[in-house]
Amino acid sequence: MENKLTRSLYAVPYLLWIILFVVAPILLVLYYSFFNIEGQLSLSNYEKFFTPVYLKMIFSSFWYAFLITAISLAVAYPAAYLLTKTTHKQLWLLLIITPSWINLLLKAYAFLGIFGTYGAANNFLEMVGIGSKQILFTDFSFVFVSVYIFIPFMILPIFNSLNDLNPTLLDAANDLGASRWTTFRRVIFPLTIDGVKSGCQVVFIPALSLFMLTRLIAGNRVITLGTAIEQHFLVTEDWGMGSMISVFLMITMVLIMMLTGSRKRGA
Amino acid sequence: MENVPIIQFKHVTKLYDNDPPVLKDVSFEIERGKFYTLLGPSGCGKTTILRLIAGFTEASEGEILFNGNKINHVPANKRQVNTVFQDYALFPHLNVFENVAFGLRIKKMKAPAIESKVKEALNFVNLQGYENREIREMSGGQRQRVAIARAIVNEPEVILLDEPLSALDLKLRTEMQYELRELQRRLGITFIFVTHDQEEALAMSDEIFVLNKGKIQQSGTPIDIYDEPINQFVADFIGESNIVKGKMIEDYLVEFVGRQFECVDQGLDKNEPVEIVIRPEDLEITSTEHGKLKVKVDSLLFRGVHYEISCYDQDGNEWLVHSTKKAAVGTEIGLHFDPEAIHVMRLGETEEEFDRRLEAYADVDNDGE
Repeated sequence: MENKLTRSLYAVPYLLWIILFVVAPILLVLYYSFFNIEGQLSLSNYEKFFTPVYLKMIFSSFWYAFLITAISLAVAYPAAYLLTKTTHKQLWLLLIITPSWINLLLKAYAFLGIFGTYGAANNFLEMVGIGSKQILFTDFSFVFVSVYIFIPFMILPIFNSLNDLNPTLLDAANDLGASRWTTFRRVIFPLTIDGVKSGCQVVFIPALSLFMLTRLIAGNRVITLGTAIEQHFLVTEDWGMGSMISVFLMITMVLIMMLTGSRKRGA
Repeated sequence: MENVPIIQFKHVTKLYDNDPPVLKDVSFEIERGKFYTLLGPSGCGKTTILRLIAGFTEASEGEILFNGNKINHVPANKRQVNTVFQDYALFPHLNVFENVAFGLRIKKMKAPAIESKVKEALNFVNLQGYENREIREMSGGQRQRVAIARAIVNEPEVILLDEPLSALDLKLRTEMQYELRELQRRLGITFIFVTHDQEEALAMSDEIFVLNKGKIQQSGTPIDIYDEPINQFVADFIGESNIVKGKMIEDYLVEFVGRQFECVDQGLDKNEPVEIVIRPEDLEITSTEHGKLKVKVDSLLFRGVHYEISCYDQDGNEWLVHSTKKAAVGTEIGLHFDPEAIHVMRLGETEEEFDRRLEAYADVDNDGE
């Protein structure tokens, strides 16, 4: 009996934390989303959300999040595959992960320097004879920097699932007549799909609500739902609308998690 | 065509980087439709031979022929062989049917043909009705059968089996030994089986290749290898043996542990130093007066079918005896054996020399009759 008591005592800090910092904020956000800008209880935020202005914003958020995820995946999968083939794979992995330890803001400012009018990128373009270009404050630079930031998070789960793959399975496929491509399509990819799914989750969901990069790198040319939330809370002080968008994002994320949820298939 | 060996190794050497060679100048022939076993301790190169035949790795030197054609650089997916792997290597994301159908689907076979072939293969290994099971729902023995079905469904000319029974418990292993042997007879195709278990090799094979340190030590039928081991390694590795140093006095007379014994070996040089092998089951316990050897019982181990009795003679040689009779520890007993039980091994004899000597010896025997 004592055991049971002490065990419930251990749970107290955890429960307090969850209630104060997870449950309460979510309820608050939900609560605020039902108040319009004059502070009256109404559903106007939800009505406003389905107007063309916001629908366009939703579309652009999803489009950029999709682009960032797709490009990250296209770069990360082959990179993770090559990593598993190297002799010091843990060291190489560490090197790829290291940039994610640097502060995001710092990295963003570094790119401001690189992509700026007199930055390294333009110097290079001039040297090869293409000439100076406007790189900063375009959707290209936004996607590029986002992909750069998210790639470690995409590589890690894919690397882990590739690393867990039993190499004899590849011999077996080969033995049964499969070419390298068929082996990839029929054995390697299906067996690492869980890693791909969790990689996409950790990239797509935050990419949906990016806001700092949209201003710093894209110069507000790309407006996402994240930007909208920031603007509503800090500039227009329409907390209700900001909360409403947050609620929408949360629901979307839950849906994405459910859709890409990994069904475990053991050996 | 029928007379061409299905697989031939000609002076094959395999090196990995700068390590000592895994295989050293190995040559052999594999005939069609027989059950072969590559037997040896771990690291002897037996799995390397299998991987060379399967095409997972390439020979550093020498030629590998399949049906008389050189296949050194033919990739694994183009070879007429299929492998049953040690850990089965079944695809965990596919069910039993799809695992077995894997090779057929790659050959772009039509769906009804695949269906009937997979069914037939599963029947062959007694797994009818398991088509829709997931691999994780199958027991070790069942997975083993799926792996075999997946190999035979492709109708290869040779099936390679890499220690496929090592993960099974003893009873199931014995059962699968019978089944594999039976399967090979029914299919009539060549099986090349790799194992480190000498009993398994003796029970299943038409031919055994005993390997050690990247070389074939001896090849022959199970009975040949057991009765006439070429050297100490083979004698020790195949079954248990008592090995002592001796001297060939003349034909049919050999000296060891300070006494001369009648034997059936001949054709060796006079006073040639030799090694003597006597199998533990060929030693009989008798009284000290009747025994050819006088030994003291050191320990006694009950093994189920027999007692394993360890004795020492006055020179300190250990004599292992397998007997259904018990002997008290510490007592002196006599050991009796027939002249046929003595097997004489020449030191450092190669397999060719050994075979030539055995043949000459057989001829003399026939003339005598």
